[in-house]
Amino acid sequence: MNKTVPLNSFRQGPDARGRFGQFGGRFVAETLMPLILEVEKAYEAAKRDPQFDAEWRRLLTHYVGRPSPLWYADRLTEHLRKDAAPGKGAKVYFKRDELNHTGAHKINAVLGQILLAKRMGKTRIIAETGAGQHGVATATACALFDLPCTVFMGATDVERQQPNVFRMKLLGAQVMPVTSGAATLKDAMNEALRYWVANVEDTYYCIGTVAGPHPYPAMVRDFQSVIGTEARAQMQEAEGRLPDALVAAIGGGSNAMGLFYPFLDDPEVQMFGVEAAGRGLHTEEHAASLEKGRPGVLHGNRMYLLQDADGQVQEAHSISAGLDYPGVGPEHSWLHELGRVQYVGATDDEALAAFQLCSKLEGIIPALEPAHALAYVIRQAPAMARDQILLMNLCGRGDKDIFTVARHLGVEM
Amino acid sequence: MSRIAQRFADLKREGRGALVTYLQAYDPDPATSLALLRGLPGAGADVIEVGVPFTDPMADGPSIQKAAIRALKAGATLSRVLAMVRDFRKGNDTTPIVLMGYYNPILAYGIERFCTDASCSGVDGLIIVDVPPEEADEVEPHARAQGLDLIRLVAPTTDEARLPRVLAATSGFVYYVSIAGITGTRSASSASLEAAVPRIRRHTDLPVCIGFGIRTPQQAAEAARLADGAVVGTALVDTLAASLDEDGQARPETVRQVLDQVRGLAEAIRAG
Ligand SMILES: Cc1ncc(COP(=O)(O)O)c(C=O)c1O
Repeated sequence: MNKTVPLNSFRQGPDARGRFGQFGGRFVAETLMPLILEVEKAYEAAKRDPQFDAEWRRLLTHYVGRPSPLWYADRLTEHLRKDAAPGKGAKVYFKRDELNHTGAHKINAVLGQILLAKRMGKTRIIAETGAGQHGVATATACALFDLPCTVFMGATDVERQQPNVFRMKLLGAQVMPVTSGAATLKDAMNEALRYWVANVEDTYYCIGTVAGPHPYPAMVRDFQSVIGTEARAQMQEAEGRLPDALVAAIGGGSNAMGLFYPFLDDPEVQMFGVEAAGRGLHTEEHAASLEKGRPGVLHGNRMYLLQDADGQVQEAHSISAGLDYPGVGPEHSWLHELGRVQYVGATDDEALAAFQLCSKLEGIIPALEPAHALAYVIRQAPAMARDQILLMNLCGRGDKDIFTVARHLGVEM
Repeated sequence: MSRIAQRFADLKREGRGALVTYLQAYDPDPATSLALLRGLPGAGADVIEVGVPFTDPMADGPSIQKAAIRALKAGATLSRVLAMVRDFRKGNDTTPIVLMGYYNPILAYGIERFCTDASCSGVDGLIIVDVPPEEADEVEPHARAQGLDLIRLVAPTTDEARLPRVLAATSGFVYYVSIAGITGTRSASSASLEAAVPRIRRHTDLPVCIGFGIRTPQQAAEAARLADGAVVGTALVDTLAASLDEDGQARPETVRQVLDQVRGLAEAIRAG
């Protein structure tokens, strides 16, 4: 019997034009268009090739260290129950993608894309990076596959993520600081696209999140879905059922899409995407594209975007370089409009508090990005019943952030 | 006949190609920008591209990125750019004006309202850099209804299979992006231009203008000879930028210096 997707499936996007509802698409200059179509064709073929999948999975197992564990955060759970009403305080689980080689989920999609680039006969790799995690993951894969790698990184981020800049250089990548705009992730992506336009023949652009022109949002989601697929099976094994709620931080949205996607058609599973609320949603300094933005076109796709009344793109702000982006992937934009996923915010200060709490209670120093997800868990778990289960994507480790956090805590290092 | 069609028909009769200039509206301030706009036809510009400032110009190099920052700081918005075109039209009813920019400011303005207002303001054509034919269905009907030409970019990467589709969606003229790259970085070789133009002509009777990387009068003359026009942008923006004072403000000689350069380009094209 043919497997048919239920008519009201949330997992059927994108359509042939790369659209999720009105979002997504391929809004690029003509110079890039033929290449974008070539990437799409190559990815469609790779997807159907069992050898491609086998090679990617071999790397995930033996190089990345997948599957990543599912961890019941016992002490955190008990801590949150202390102040909860009687009968309240959900069980908190972490999907531990911070244990991946290179320290975050980014490597999952990078390895898939580098294998694709090789299939396409591309000989150079470029990437943009915010926190540096995607840059490090790309530099790592390029070292492994002996490909020259150039990483574009906003000068502001170069400053606040020094350890990752050094790592990329050790791995043999060239780091190009970008000074335009606020010199953060958005500007790094502009520059990567500009470089790509001028080097289309031999270069593959390895995008770090579920944004950019089609097929990137779908492709990166597909690779990252390994997170949710594993978590589903692991949760069945641990609890014999699905979780009640999923929580993940949203920069461009790749770790969240990766966790959410395999659960989208399970109506009993609630989902929360946590955007960076920076200094507060009542200020101008945040990165809450879904809560505070409106649909617009940037970086090759239509998505929710922080912009002024005239359609000029606004600068985002977050303590976390990986969330400091004024847009959000098209599939999240669509899920937001459909109401399938709730999008909420966590401030810089809440993330800092969660960062410290997780370190002390669980012995896990999280990256500042998932610390935003954790900040929401801290709010949400006490409101849920004790027998409910909350699963959070702990998508990165905090080594890269200790200098930033120390500075915010007034500690000299 | 549209202003664009009329202009290329007239030039064909004259037996020469067009000088197409690009400057960004409101760079470095509205008064200087309007003075430049008004001076361009007299200095020899046959078609005027008015750049619409955007925070994230994906296909532009540092010169035009900086122009956008100056223009936005000077208060540029899409509706003010249209107002500037209306001011220009009070004294000129023949020189075609093409707005060149990115999609998001148009989306924010509202596509239908924008096409209506642009047309009423005296705009003749649009180049929306990040809207390829595949994504043009939202814009096309409104542009067509208002008699606005949608000018498409054709790039060296546009292959034979794709070319007819791109050209079918084009009206006014074809903008051949002569290099795979962003504005203001490098220039195409004569040989590559000599091969590219006939390749496009096989598929269209529209005029073909060559842009990206044309800086000197010699390059402009050559491009206008090989095709139907030469687009000069970054070189003019660079002259404008170099004429500004330390605070980025126009000096008295700013307008003259840019228009002198336009005259030099126009003379070279007229000399063939
Ligand atoms: C650990 C970590 N989490 C999250 C993000 C945000 O990206 P995304 O929303 O695509 O997962 C980043 C980006 O750099 C990151 O390094």
